[in-house]
Amino acid sequence: MPNRSQIEARAALLRQRFEVAGGVVVDPPLLQNADTLLDLYGEDIRARAYVTSDALRGEQMLRPDYTLPVVEMHMKGGAEPARYTYAGEVFRRQEHDPDRANEFVQVGYEVFDRTDPADADAEVFALFHLQLRGLELRVATGDIGILMAAVEGLKTTEVRKAALRRHIWRPRRFRALLDRFAGRTPISESRKKLLSTSGPLTGSAPEIGKRRAAEIDTRIETLRGDAAAPPIAEHEMAALEALLAVRETIPYALEQMRDIAVDLPSILPALDRLEARASALRARGIDVDRLDFEAAYGRTSMEYYDGFVFGFYAERRPDLPPIATGGRYDALTRLLGQGDEIPAVGGVIRPDLILTLEGEART
Amino acid sequence: MSIKLGVPSKGRLMEKTFDWFAKRGITLSRTGSDREYAGAVEGVEGVDLVLLSAGEIPRELAAGRIHLGVTGTDLVHEKLPRWEQQVEELEPMGFGEADLILAVPQFWIDVDTLEDLDAVSAAFRRTHGHRLRIATKYHRLIREFLADAGVADYQLVDSQGATEGTVKNETAEMVADITSTGETLRANHLKILSDGLVLRSQATLWRSRVAKCSPEDKAVLKALLDRFDG
Repeated sequence: MPNRSQIEARAALLRQRFEVAGGVVVDPPLLQNADTLLDLYGEDIRARAYVTSDALRGEQMLRPDYTLPVVEMHMKGGAEPARYTYAGEVFRRQEHDPDRANEFVQVGYEVFDRTDPADADAEVFALFHLQLRGLELRVATGDIGILMAAVEGLKTTEVRKAALRRHIWRPRRFRALLDRFAGRTPISESRKKLLSTSGPLTGSAPEIGKRRAAEIDTRIETLRGDAAAPPIAEHEMAALEALLAVRETIPYALEQMRDIAVDLPSILPALDRLEARASALRARGIDVDRLDFEAAYGRTSMEYYDGFVFGFYAERRPDLPPIATGGRYDALTRLLGQGDEIPAVGGVIRPDLILTLEGEART
Repeated sequence: MSIKLGVPSKGRLMEKTFDWFAKRGITLSRTGSDREYAGAVEGVEGVDLVLLSAGEIPRELAAGRIHLGVTGTDLVHEKLPRWEQQVEELEPMGFGEADLILAVPQFWIDVDTLEDLDAVSAAFRRTHGHRLRIATKYHRLIREFLADAGVADYQLVDSQGATEGTVKNETAEMVADITSTGETLRANHLKILSDGLVLRSQATLWRSRVAKCSPEDKAVLKALLDRFDG
């Protein structure tokens, strides 16, 4: 096990390399306003972040990562374009696995640049690739933007698309919704009964709570509209399922997805972006022909990744978390930008895990 | 040294626990004045009675300060992460049965399942500008249950008592609470979601896996456990 000063020394070295690449060093505070995190991630963040509070500022969280404070800081008036780097501790509440660290060092690099997103993706990935050179790692890449484009292009109602969009990062709920919208799930008796009555519905129970009768009427209208809407077509479902199953090297993945795009033409612009990214990666010396691509990769992470995603894994140590992860999070800048937005991509490395792997390689 | 047995210090749960042990030939009693939490054990040697709030018993078991304890499954699951590694379930005691459930106002005729709840919480947040509030004291259990079910855009608000009243008072939109007969829920115009059963709970005798035991303690423990099997 590496000790603290070894980890800090390695973190400094990693950060220095990010500085050479153009990253300006930033050092956001340890404590973050809990409301911002709760707004973004919901209650689930409480399972992941330590919460503390005082009477003046209310609930605060020990930063579970850097991306959020860096985006907040940038959106408040950073230069443009901007590149940032940082090294420091993040804190993760652990409720299940005592072997997982609840405090560890992350070194990161974030790029806010609207000129050439494909090249910014490649820049970040190539830098991480370089930082991790010499370690035997499996590299996973994906692109949430392709799945999002597929959902946008479905020939179905806006209500259904919004529901699917909301659950892109929750694969099981996404699947259940999809099955329902495709008419594969039988309608429950209670739902049938609800929809068989026409006109406004008034129950005998008293109206209590902040959710009012008008909201219930609106929802029932929505449900009636949904019941009347045709199911998502089988060929679209088949294409979506084929898309989620794509797992190939980038050139073959592109080929497969271009076939799938016959039934889901809405993904074509996203595929062009992937192709442009592949060229940009190649130009930076990455062997794209051997780089793996999984269309479903990155869906279960809690980050707001909405485009390119990547992760580096120690295959011989499946017990370890990823050594590095990153991706594009344009939507997050929109959410925190109060009307502003900027394409953004970045990632983080864990120096402690690098040292662990190097230590094993030596023995 | 002696074996320490933690038992709820008041109310029906205490009386039922005393009855349960009495049926097995062990007399537990409170000693001293009504306000003093001291107890005595007759019918078995080497066992000390520790009277505690039912809510503290999981923690005391996990810390190894008591060897045995009586408390609900709900409290052990809520308060002890990876509870299987810290305590062993010895005997379900057949009383204090209650279900941890999710309940919404009866007049929400459009909500019957967790899927409905998820759709409604999205709409609620858009309409009201804050997440749909669920009043509960079982934060961890409810959060894990809802995460597993893929329900988003809700918020847990802490309620340590009179939870069913929070909806009428508009401090929460729905509740997650323990119920045995459902009567309090009905009286407060609430209904249980059809797939909203989080946990079935009952009073249970637990053994701490971490409490230190001398050889004599082990013998006492074994003699005690033999009584329960008979």
